[in-house]
Amino acid sequence: MEVTDTWYLVLSALLFTIGAVGLLVRRNPLVMFMCVELMLNAVNITFVAFANALDDLAGQTAVFFVLVVAAAEVVVGLSIVVALMRRRPNATADDIAELRG
Amino acid sequence: MGGHPFLADGVDFGDVLLSLVMVVAAFVICLVATMLMVWFERKVVSRLQNRIGPNVAGPFGLLQTLADGIKLFFKEDIIPTRSDRFVFQLAPYLSLVPAFLTFTLVPIAGDFSGGNGSSTVFGREFYWQVADVPVGILFFLAMSSLGIYGIMLAGWSSGSKYPLLASVRASAQAISYEAALGLSLASVLLVAGTLSTHDIVLGQAGSLQTLNVVATGFVPFVVFLIAGTAELNRPPFDLVEAEQELVGGFHTEYSSIRFALFFLAEFMNTVTMGAIIVTLFFGGPAPLFDFPFIDFPHAWWMGFILFFAKLLVFLFIFVWFRASLPRLRYDQLMDLGWKLLIPLSLGWLLILGGIRVARDGNIGIVDDSIGDTIIVLVLGGMVLAVGASLIMLANRNARSERLRNEGLVAVANPDLGTSRAADHATTGPPGASHDTAQVGADH
Amino acid sequence: MVDVIVFVISAVIVLGGGLGVVLNANPVHAALSLVASLFGVAVLFILQQAHFLALVQVVVYAGAIVVLFLFVIMLLGVDETEDLKHEPLPYQRPMALLAGGVLFVMIMGGLFLSGPGGSDGAVALTGQSAATAPMNSEDSNIVQLARDLFTRNILAFEATALLLTIATVGAVVLVRNQGGEDLVVDEPGTSVG
Repeated sequence: MEVTDTWYLVLSALLFTIGAVGLLVRRNPLVMFMCVELMLNAVNITFVAFANALDDLAGQTAVFFVLVVAAAEVVVGLSIVVALMRRRPNATADDIAELRG
Repeated sequence: MGGHPFLADGVDFGDVLLSLVMVVAAFVICLVATMLMVWFERKVVSRLQNRIGPNVAGPFGLLQTLADGIKLFFKEDIIPTRSDRFVFQLAPYLSLVPAFLTFTLVPIAGDFSGGNGSSTVFGREFYWQVADVPVGILFFLAMSSLGIYGIMLAGWSSGSKYPLLASVRASAQAISYEAALGLSLASVLLVAGTLSTHDIVLGQAGSLQTLNVVATGFVPFVVFLIAGTAELNRPPFDLVEAEQELVGGFHTEYSSIRFALFFLAEFMNTVTMGAIIVTLFFGGPAPLFDFPFIDFPHAWWMGFILFFAKLLVFLFIFVWFRASLPRLRYDQLMDLGWKLLIPLSLGWLLILGGIRVARDGNIGIVDDSIGDTIIVLVLGGMVLAVGASLIMLANRNARSERLRNEGLVAVANPDLGTSRAADHATTGPPGASHDTAQVGADH
Repeated sequence: MVDVIVFVISAVIVLGGGLGVVLNANPVHAALSLVASLFGVAVLFILQQAHFLALVQVVVYAGAIVVLFLFVIMLLGVDETEDLKHEPLPYQRPMALLAGGVLFVMIMGGLFLSGPGGSDGAVALTGQSAATAPMNSEDSNIVQLARDLFTRNILAFEATALLLTIATVGAVVLVRNQGGEDLVVDEPGTSVG
């Protein structure tokens, strides 16, 4: 038995689905962020699997950029959550519907 | 690059056995060094404070750590009712494991004066380190960023106020100083041109100029030492366990063997950080320079002696810090990390990069590479000067604005405003003239 | 064979961690599950010779991003266990599960039904093998990656530097407490810490 790239792709699809369902189900903005991270990681697995299968380094370079963008996204996202939760502790995603801040 | 020579051509049972032996040996060495470090720290601090220190258990009190460990082992293990049981029990191990894993990277012996640092046993050529992983020293960064989990989760899971405060402090401190640590590490990697710890040591062997502390121009070493001390949460950066403010800090609620594990992790981290500094900047087991008259034996144990002699110096420096420096205030800690160490190491990295490009003669402003180097130094110095003055200007503006908002002074009393700004400027990044002077002197 | 064992173990950790994020009521436990999942992904990267990415994955995700999550959770004191039994929107969960199921089936369909090869994942999806930046085995992974990053992708690299700067400035502006005014808490009576 040997690990083929299909294994990685199926695993990645599963992880992506878990993240997507979590994003739809959970109401805590912090946990929703974590679910987004899961989805990003699922995509990263795909990229690296393709890089390995196609013998093409571009996949790994893409993962590098995904990591950087994920870091930037988390920084901005968390500061929004902090700004929000300072005003209303225990806010859920439903409370962010108003744009008044 | 990377990897023991004996692992290059397939792995058989003997290779696995040798690897296991190395893991066990490294673990034992690390534990013994940690035990001695605890004793060493208590003894040296005592002497610096005009006390005698441990002197009952064993000769010179050497067995004091062992006695303490045995005592702690038989104490009652208390888990607070309001704690998060699973995380509470997990945290000490999260803190201990990264401390040891970093040690596996460090070459602790081997003949680097002439030889390539490898030895042979049963026909298998190996380096005196557990693993020479391909990503090398980045592994150290990863482990040092993981070490913080133990402290954070211990504080949080205790279900108590003061430990929680300690863990919030710990995480902020770790994130802040991780950046400075990584940037000064980048300077070393730029000069060494490799990630493997073995190759970094090999590249430094031979002469004083190739030692990274000299080759990187001293500044990265100072930044690394300061950021490393902060990363260890050792005094003067021990806000995580500031007794006067936080009772015992993150381990207030811990007792018995779990407390002992935290204690062990803390000192193991200290030993490991010292070992990493020695490896990165002072050539690890390689001799500092070629001794002119004496011909030392070219054997692996020579490297062992050299390595531990160098390590001892840094352990002493850590203890010295603890005995003589007062703890920083929280805002001072953040100022030092973000406004001084990060810009300084970033600027230094840029200058080092510029010098390298100029040396390779690729920019071709002038024909010879020395002329190019001078031009790069002047230009880099100017860029750094502009950057430093921008930062100082921003600091000054922010401060005067804050003062105006607080309705304190600024307009009514300009003297106070400027003198405060001047105070502040001294903690900002040093001027470029200073930088260039030092680079010029080193190269 | 070793590959298969490593893959199975890390796949279990990845999926278990992922499920832990979604199912744990306590945000700190969710964050810990996330770390476990990210570790599994890092191991999978090593399994595919992406050594540098595995390390960066640990440093960036476990060392910075999740620490930041935990920091925010502790700073705001929002570490109370949520009541997961309570479901404010009727049918939200069944619908989400259904949507997830459809998504998974669609991806699987794309993976196994498309292309001439049928079941050969990568080639089936992209239709061609290798091209832009071939991996050669002589240099180490990090050297190859650096060469690719600083030659073909230099513009993107610098754009990410700009992006990070903007993100930093944005974060500072967002959380700044302007003019030292007192914080207005909309919901009095709930504790902050």
